[in-house]
Amino acid sequence: MYNSGKIIPGIIIFLAIVLFPFWSNLGKANVKPEPKIDTPVIQQMPVEERKCIEPKEFMKAGHMQMLNDWRDSVIRDGNRVFVSSTGKHYNMSLQNECLRCHSNKKDFCDKCHNYLAVKPYCFDCHIEPKENKS
Amino acid sequence: MSMDRRDFLKIAGITGLLGAGVAAVSGKMPGILEAAVTSPNSNALKAKQWAMVIDMRKFKTQDDYKKVIHACHSIHNIPEFGNPKDEIKWIWTDKFEHTFVGQEHEHISEAVKEKPFVLLCNHCEKPACVRVCPTKATFKRNDGIVMMDYHRCIGCRFCMAACPFGARSFNYRDPRPFIKDNNPKYPTRMKGVVEKCTFCVERLDEGLMPACVEACKDTKALVFGDVGDPASEVRKVLKDNFTIRRKPELGTSPSVYYIVGGGENAG
Repeated sequence: MYNSGKIIPGIIIFLAIVLFPFWSNLGKANVKPEPKIDTPVIQQMPVEERKCIEPKEFMKAGHMQMLNDWRDSVIRDGNRVFVSSTGKHYNMSLQNECLRCHSNKKDFCDKCHNYLAVKPYCFDCHIEPKENKS
Repeated sequence: MSMDRRDFLKIAGITGLLGAGVAAVSGKMPGILEAAVTSPNSNALKAKQWAMVIDMRKFKTQDDYKKVIHACHSIHNIPEFGNPKDEIKWIWTDKFEHTFVGQEHEHISEAVKEKPFVLLCNHCEKPACVRVCPTKATFKRNDGIVMMDYHRCIGCRFCMAACPFGARSFNYRDPRPFIKDNNPKYPTRMKGVVEKCTFCVERLDEGLMPACVEACKDTKALVFGDVGDPASEVRKVLKDNFTIRRKPELGTSPSVYYIVGGGENAG
């Protein structure tokens, strides 16, 4: 093989650079995002009432779809009251209902969104609450 | 592998039945969202066609205009850019000759000629803006309000070209830094969308009158109500007074009526 002295180290250096993300993270446990739910409003609630409007698992997987449906319902039909699966009534508003409890956007919304590198544009228009740490 | 026609038809038939069965079963299982129940607020105000009568006789001082405009612009997070090119306006004023184009003449009373007229979206019965919107971002609600869904607006500005009343403003710049005091209960807009007056749907849905109407409720300069209801206050005011609308010849049938009044009170 001609020039093997150059080609083989070249290939090794090339692979080292291309695979940098893999070997640099090797062995490091990937820290799971843990959104915080310790806002003042939630902490003032009695423990048994500290529940989101629908089960946590559903909210985790489906909150984006739900917000879309809420938007259509509120803007198109003027229906602003959501009746949850437990029969409770809620005002369908990201800014005035969701964020009333989850007033910690940085430690709640952003935790998972940053982890998954998704950039929803909710807060281009909707005003996020001033972070009030207790 | 070889297969005669008889076997092929058998297998195809069974597969088809199976597929239809699976579709039928899975189609009958609603998720939480499909099962979700939504309803309007119990004290929401309802109407066939919301309308407004603007009684220009009751606008006497600069303050009368200011408080109406401020009431709207402060709660809806309207930015102030300080230049007319970027201006965002939901409710504003203009001269008679621009308000009622073609109605002016050289002998018109000085008071009417110079008086600023209150302008806002006319919430037309046949809105031109809705017809041209390519994404259905702007649409007409059942109660006659011409609404915007900013999420769907692509900023093409067809609606601005279509609207004969100049009621729509485009966000050429990010409005956020130019909003003096945020109302945290109401969203802002983003760069690249069109916005306009909504007759305060968010307030009507809670049983409140529009902000501008409430701001001048002591003088009743703005009367708001259901023009489809013969017993409503607007219908009474329309019956008792001579009123005109802007550019009725265009056939959009505006829902904002004006009592122009004489020259007894200059602005």
